[in-house]
Amino acid sequence: MSEATLQAPLADDSAWRGIAWALARDLKLALRSRAELGVQLLFYVIVVTLFPLGIGPEPGPLHTLGPGVLWVAALLASLLALPRLFAVDFADGTLEQMTLSPYPLPAIVSGKILAHWLATGAPLVALSPLLALQFGLDGREMAVLTAGLLVGTPTLSLMGAIGAALTLGIRAGGALLALLTLPLYVPVLIFGAGAVEALRAGTAPGGELSILIAALLVSIVGAPLACAAAVRIAVD
Amino acid sequence: MLVAEDLAAQRGDALLFEGLGFALRRGAALFVSGPNGSGKTTLLRIVAGFTRALRGRLTWDGADVAPFEPALRAATLFIGHAPALKEELTAEENLASLAALHGAPAGRQALTDALTTWSLGKQRSLPARVLSQGQRRRIGLARLRLVPRPLWVLDEPMTALDTSGAETLRTVLGDHLARGGMALIATHQEFTPTSGTCHSLRLQ
Repeated sequence: MSEATLQAPLADDSAWRGIAWALARDLKLALRSRAELGVQLLFYVIVVTLFPLGIGPEPGPLHTLGPGVLWVAALLASLLALPRLFAVDFADGTLEQMTLSPYPLPAIVSGKILAHWLATGAPLVALSPLLALQFGLDGREMAVLTAGLLVGTPTLSLMGAIGAALTLGIRAGGALLALLTLPLYVPVLIFGAGAVEALRAGTAPGGELSILIAALLVSIVGAPLACAAAVRIAVD
Repeated sequence: MLVAEDLAAQRGDALLFEGLGFALRRGAALFVSGPNGSGKTTLLRIVAGFTRALRGRLTWDGADVAPFEPALRAATLFIGHAPALKEELTAEENLASLAALHGAPAGRQALTDALTTWSLGKQRSLPARVLSQGQRRRIGLARLRLVPRPLWVLDEPMTALDTSGAETLRTVLGDHLARGGMALIATHQEFTPTSGTCHSLRLQ
C-alpha cells in the first residue's frame, strides 16, 4: 500500500456527513433506550397535571396560569434530559473519538443536539395541546402555545447543550447544569408564554414568535461552536 | 515522519517528563514503558492531539502540529483505555459506527472480515453489554484494519487480551508496519510484531 492510500479521505461534504452520522447513531440509541425517554415525557405530563390538582378546578386561575405552567414544565423536562446528551459519550470514550474524527466537531455536536431534540423535545411539543386542555385553553391559544414550543424547545436544547458540555466531568454536574442553564432559559420562557398573553390581550403574537425564531437561529449558529470548544476542554 | 523535540508535560503541579524527544519513521513502532504515573498516557494524548505539551514541539512530516488539527486527525487512529462502545449496539453496529466516525464507512463484508480476524464472528449480533472485557477490547482493535491511518496510537492494547488476541495484535501491527505505517504504543508487556522495526522508550 502506498503512502497516499494510507491517508484518510477528507470529503468536502464532511460537515453534512458528520451531522448525519451523529443524528443516525443517536436516534438509533434513543430507540434502543425508549424507557429513559418515556421517563422524561412522563415527568412533563405529571408536572403539568399537578397544577390543576393543586390549584383546584376553577377555570379562571387555571386558564391564566396554563401557558406559563406548560412552559415551565417544558423547561424542567428539557433540563432533566440534558445530562444524557454528552455524559454517556464522555464516560465511554466515544466523545474523545469524536474530537479526533475527520468530521468537524461542531457538525457532530449539531447532529447530536438535533437527535436529542427529536427524541426529547418533539414528543413534548406533540403532547402539549392535549395537556393544554386541562387548563381550558381555546383552539387559537393552543395553536400559539404549540407554535411557541415548537420553535422554543430546540433553542432550549441548543443552549442547554452548552451547559451540558461545560459541566462534563464535574462532580454534582447535574445541579450545576441546572444553575447554569435555567437563567439562559428565561428569555425563551418570557417570550414563549408572552406569545399567548399577547393573543389574549388582543394583539398579534407574531412579534414574540419572531423573537423565538431569531433566538433559535442565533443558537443554531452559535451553540454547536461553543459546545465543540467545551467538549475539547473536557477531553483535554 | 513524526518528530517530537524537547517535550515536557505536567499533571497538576508534578512534572511528568521533560526534554523528551523521538523520531518515528515509516515502518517503525515505538514502545513506551515506565511505571504507573510516569506519563505514558499523557505522552500518547499529546501525540494523538488531545492536549498540548507544556513545552516542546511536535512535527508531522516537517510541519508543526497543534492539538485537534485536521492534518493530525486525518493521520492518527487513537485507541485508549475507554472502549468507546455503546452498550445498546451490537458488536457489528459498534464497529460500523466507529469506522464511519473515522470517515471510513465499512461495508458488511469488511465488517465481517474485521470481526472474524479478531475471533468475534459469532458475537457480531450480540449487544456490547453482554460481551466480556477482552471481547470489548477486540471490537476496539478491529478498527485498526478498517480505518486506514498512517499513525496508530495505542494505550495498553494488550489489556484484557488472551494469547490468541495478543497473537492477532502482533500480526495486525506487523502488517501495518510492513505497509509503511507507524505506531506509538504504551505498554507494560512489550511484544514483537511479526515485522517492522521496534524502538523502546522508557519513562522514569
